[in-house]
Amino acid sequence: MSFRVETDMHRRRRSQNLGVAICLVMFIGLVTVLSLVKITNTGPVEGYDHAPRASVTEEASQ
Amino acid sequence: MATVADHNPEYDPVFGDYVALLKPRVMSLVVFTAFVGLMAAPVSLHPVEAFCAILFIAIGGGASGSLNMWWDADIDAIMRRTKSRPIPSGRISLDAALGLGVALSGLSVLMLGLAANWHAAAWLAFTIFFYAVIYTIWLKRVTPQNIVIGGAAGAFPPLIGWVSATGSVSIEAVLMFALIFMWTPPHFWALALFMRSDYDDADVPMLTVTHGRPATRRHILAYAVLQAALAIGLAFTSIGGVIYLIVALICNAIVLKDAVLIWRRDELASEADNFKVERAFFKFSLLYLFVHFLAILAEALLAPYGLGGWS
Repeated sequence: MSFRVETDMHRRRRSQNLGVAICLVMFIGLVTVLSLVKITNTGPVEGYDHAPRASVTEEASQ
Repeated sequence: MATVADHNPEYDPVFGDYVALLKPRVMSLVVFTAFVGLMAAPVSLHPVEAFCAILFIAIGGGASGSLNMWWDADIDAIMRRTKSRPIPSGRISLDAALGLGVALSGLSVLMLGLAANWHAAAWLAFTIFFYAVIYTIWLKRVTPQNIVIGGAAGAFPPLIGWVSATGSVSIEAVLMFALIFMWTPPHFWALALFMRSDYDDADVPMLTVTHGRPATRRHILAYAVLQAALAIGLAFTSIGGVIYLIVALICNAIVLKDAVLIWRRDELASEADNFKVERAFFKFSLLYLFVHFLAILAEALLAPYGLGGWS
């Protein structure tokens, strides 16, 4: 015996929740793919890691 | 003064009610023209970046639609065409529409800036402000030139598409904007001539009422002439070509012929044939804009094969 009676309100709220969930998942996927594209399309990135950077030192020595 | 139907607290909106706030039919035109603007640009974006740019331009357009429905809820409740919209029908509250509009405006501008560039994002922010504040809040209920001002807001998407790709505005982008800007008023004035608008009931000034129908006919002809000059001039820029020129010459010849007929007719003649010419002008103007942008797209897509453009 079920104690939960599904009403029209439940159906409407499920529609809202499902719609928001799908939008959020798609948004996360889109931001992930966009980030990957941005990173892979950017030229070589030289991070600062407390070590002398070749490009900087070469330029400075010239 | 109109009253807005109270939001029914017993009613939980379905997801589609929120989608309806974004005016999906207007969004489809935004997507198409922004896509053409982006494809016609001389710089190509990565497909994912291009997809994101178009998506967030469309969401920005939808956000301004939601803000428009929030502000215009009182007159939407009066007009037959709009009384079934989510707010006047009590399915969505005013606060929810305002919240959705503001949130999606911020999101779309931010994401367009990240996906494409901040110049395009600034144009999108200006477009939302122009449509929601300058047109909807300040001018729509004040001036009979409201169609002209509202048309400007709808004309920005191809320009934003172009700026998304190139990072700057050029004469081609301005001409695409100008084409939609000049197209909008005669399109809606022709409709106003043969269809009694319920804007009268809502006290929104329309040219047919404030300046009379003969003045509206003169306005249609004047805009059609300017539109033809712009449309044909566009053919000789970098996004035009032989295909576009042929399309522009044929379409503008038809529009000018009908505009002259509308100008020369009086109300008796129009009523005698149930506004045949005005109806034909309105129907053809729907096709007019679509075909022009399709021709620009064709020129851009055929250019790599040596078939598009003037070279």
